[in-house]
Amino acid sequence: MDVLTDNFSTFGDGFLGTVELTVYASLLALALGFVMASFRVAPVGSLRVFGAVWVAVLRNTPLTLLFFAVLLGLPRFGLVLPFEVFAVLALGCYTSAFICEALRSGINTVPTGQGEAARSLGMTFSQTLSGVVLPQAFRSVISPVGSTLIALAKNSAIAGAFSVTELLGTYKTLNELGYSIIWTFVWIALGYLIITLAISAVFNILEKRWGVAR
Amino acid sequence: MAVDPLIELRDVNKYYGELHVLQDIDLTVGKGEVVVVIGPSGSGKSTLCRTINRLETIQSGQIRLDGQPLPEEGKALAQLRSEVGMVFQSFNLFAHKTVLQNVSLGQVKVRGRKKDEADQRSRELLERVGLASQAAKYPAQLSGGQQQRVAIARALAMDPKVMLFDEPTSALDPEMINEVLEVMQQLARDGMTMVVVTHEMGFARSAANRVVFMADGRVVEDRAPEDFFTHPESERARDFLSKILKH
Repeated sequence: MDVLTDNFSTFGDGFLGTVELTVYASLLALALGFVMASFRVAPVGSLRVFGAVWVAVLRNTPLTLLFFAVLLGLPRFGLVLPFEVFAVLALGCYTSAFICEALRSGINTVPTGQGEAARSLGMTFSQTLSGVVLPQAFRSVISPVGSTLIALAKNSAIAGAFSVTELLGTYKTLNELGYSIIWTFVWIALGYLIITLAISAVFNILEKRWGVAR
Repeated sequence: MAVDPLIELRDVNKYYGELHVLQDIDLTVGKGEVVVVIGPSGSGKSTLCRTINRLETIQSGQIRLDGQPLPEEGKALAQLRSEVGMVFQSFNLFAHKTVLQNVSLGQVKVRGRKKDEADQRSRELLERVGLASQAAKYPAQLSGGQQQRVAIARALAMDPKVMLFDEPTSALDPEMINEVLEVMQQLARDGMTMVVVTHEMGFARSAANRVVFMADGRVVEDRAPEDFFTHPESERARDFLSKILKH
């Protein structure tokens, strides 16, 4: 118990770091995933190809490798940003590929006839997507998107290895101070649990509210 | 027919891979005409209907609507589709929207009407198809016949020049077919230009100006209904009629 009470501010900083990473990267992943999913079902061939390549590259690259590429690669091209921002970029882009695929599977659950009906009313592609297809697709992807964001929260631990303040990274400091490594990890695990359970709770509410309204 | 042509198809050909589903189709539908397309399944009649608003593309030939050739994808095509109402076999109502919202959506998004104005018009149309009391329900809460009448109201809400019906009663229980046919009969009496793909011979007899009989991707006969049903010229049509009219 001493580990926690003595180092509350260290844990607190780490916890807040992870929360920040998770929130910003989630927002980026949701926005990019939404755009990429739209690309992948667009009537324009080049957009579909772009979306497919985006997903193929990001989904199939190990996240650690992606962190190296972003944190060490981008500065070489003159793009120098705080490590926190790089970490959000890496996490957000990586997760956007999974969000995109979840959304796309949701889009496929909407009967094609409804899209045809919308188009035959004279609605454009984007009107059909935003007014008819996506609102129904969202309902069937609430749970997989929640799982993806939980994975994102846990994946954010990798950022600690790149000197970003986050929860897992606190063990190094505390270990050097001679605290019990086991208890340190127990409190860290509890910290992650608070974050992931909070995400689960939010998505459970969303699913109750929107999931079955047909 | 000496009327203004509204829909003109010239030498239209379409293939699904090897399969030649539409072969040299020539067809003219005049303003105010009701044309019923019948034929055995796989004859290309649904495909024909869907090419008119370019839900299906064609490989060669020309389709004109009110004198204008069908545009490629994009804004112009969307504009044209808003002038052509379409009713599907499987209704295709928007499952996440109420009946009223289904009818209003296109008016707001495409015609740019204010929501109140659109809802007002929607209620009038729902009244016309006998469903004013169902406005707040979701499609899944309605019977098939009711859903199809909503779909007709939804298409009419765009004030289309022509209505296409792609087997509108084929997915319905027998006792619900009439409620849909009655709405269609009324539309025909009001002078709407209609292309109707159907197996309902009664409707063809009573409401159609012409019957187009298709088989194997071709238009085999194109005549007044009474003529067609009493004196089919082709062997193919005689064979088809003998099979469906016996019972």
